[in-house]
Amino acid sequence: MSALTLKNLDISYGDTKVVHGVNLDVPEGESFALVGESGSGKSTILRAIAGLAPEWTGEISVLGKPRTHGVDRNVSRTVQMVFQDPYGSLHPRKTIDSALSEPLAIHGIGNRGERVEAVLKQVGLDQRFRFRFPHQLSGGQRQRVAIARALMLEPKVLLLDEPTSALDVSVQAEILNLLKRLRREQNLTFLMVTHNLPVVSFLCDRLAVMRHGRIVEIADVAQLKQGDLKEPYSRELLAATAA
Amino acid sequence: MSAPLLEVENLRVSFPTHSGRVEVVKGLSFTLGRERLGIVGESGSGKSMTGRSILKLIRKPGEVIADKLRFEGIDILDQNEKQMRAIRGARISMVMQDPKFSLNPVMTVGEQIAEALVTHQKLGRKEVQQRILDMLVAVRINDPERVAKLYPHEVSGGMGQRIMIAMMLIPEPELLIADEPTSALDVSVQAQVLDIIDDLVTRKGMGLILISHDLALVSRYCDRILVMNAGRVVEECAAGQLDKAQHPYTRGLLAAMPVIDETRDELPVLDRTQWAGT
Repeated sequence: MSALTLKNLDISYGDTKVVHGVNLDVPEGESFALVGESGSGKSTILRAIAGLAPEWTGEISVLGKPRTHGVDRNVSRTVQMVFQDPYGSLHPRKTIDSALSEPLAIHGIGNRGERVEAVLKQVGLDQRFRFRFPHQLSGGQRQRVAIARALMLEPKVLLLDEPTSALDVSVQAEILNLLKRLRREQNLTFLMVTHNLPVVSFLCDRLAVMRHGRIVEIADVAQLKQGDLKEPYSRELLAATAA
Repeated sequence: MSAPLLEVENLRVSFPTHSGRVEVVKGLSFTLGRERLGIVGESGSGKSMTGRSILKLIRKPGEVIADKLRFEGIDILDQNEKQMRAIRGARISMVMQDPKFSLNPVMTVGEQIAEALVTHQKLGRKEVQQRILDMLVAVRINDPERVAKLYPHEVSGGMGQRIMIAMMLIPEPELLIADEPTSALDVSVQAQVLDIIDDLVTRKGMGLILISHDLALVSRYCDRILVMNAGRVVEECAAGQLDKAQHPYTRGLLAAMPVIDETRDELPVLDRTQWAGT
């Protein structure tokens, strides 16, 4: 079954249309990357799926069910997002414990203490971090917390918006390994936005190259590894990385 | 190599904490000619503090001491603020990381570049205008007349960073310190910006210190590389010899980077205990 299906998706912010007619199908268990330069609309697609950019037309389906425009509880149970900047995406005055418990409270799920403990273990954080505040953690630890928060509701799909671009290379390696392991263990589907092609090569199965709000090419990672991208713009991106 | 542009010997930078002073740079020494030097390390390795101390930008309660910190024979540590202002910008300048926070939001691009120039040189208005336009062209901005009238929020990140570079290079300094000049930018724009820096530095025979956490990038644009960890230089090598690096920290950093034709199932991560003693 398809985890995510986008049909003729147009997304606007006010009067400006930023994504034009995107069609995409991500099967369950796949890791799919959206690449392209800033302003190409790749993050906007994630935001629309997550419900943060409600001005869209077309169709967004999650696990076969069309998504409504408003806040959709069922969608938040199955789709969660991890943001780029772990310094900005955690509430500075909430402890890790309360940040992680909040989605459980909203969805009326019990057993919170145990679930928080379990998720911290999954993302490789020691229990002593549980009652700390975000400012007491390093960037890599914070990104682990952000991933843990996304995993609290046991979603099927993770939307990853440049999850490692704010991190050092050595910390990036740790987070990439973590994401890869989580995907294997929980059979997650990833839709990841990045402009780092080596990261795509490590973590993803397929990629779509975007430019000016349109998908210009969809390719297999094998094609990326062999430098076998067709469109001139994709080749340009590849050349910028490989130079 | 000609007489060194910059000599640094046993540079130490420290900050007070509740449990005494903490040294973030612990006895750094290097000399720089008219060449391109890369300083690489992770967050917290002291690389930015090194760059800032050369410009004497570290404020109290931070403390900078060194056996020697000389720029073209001038003892930086001996200069007062007024003397430093004559050096900063005019002779040594620094490109910061994020154009969003480093440009003045209420001044047009042209005014800001002009300010950098007229602070150090007396020039006629027409000549200033011409220099600004020439500089914008040099950093490959199309339509410089229009861009000079824009405000920082009206330009993209890549363009903002090129404007910063224009601002830093217009007084024609002898040394440029670029502190993560491209980490806020897209890969495709990164290369453009670095090519511009590289081109201008080579053409004018300036010295360049490129501070970054990206080993691959630094090795592409520099002649020589210092790898820093926890306030110390752990390895120094020629940029071309990076693949022959010896120190486990350097090797760890290199291995942790995914490559475009990645086949490894898991990326090696740094075992931080291994060189804790070095």
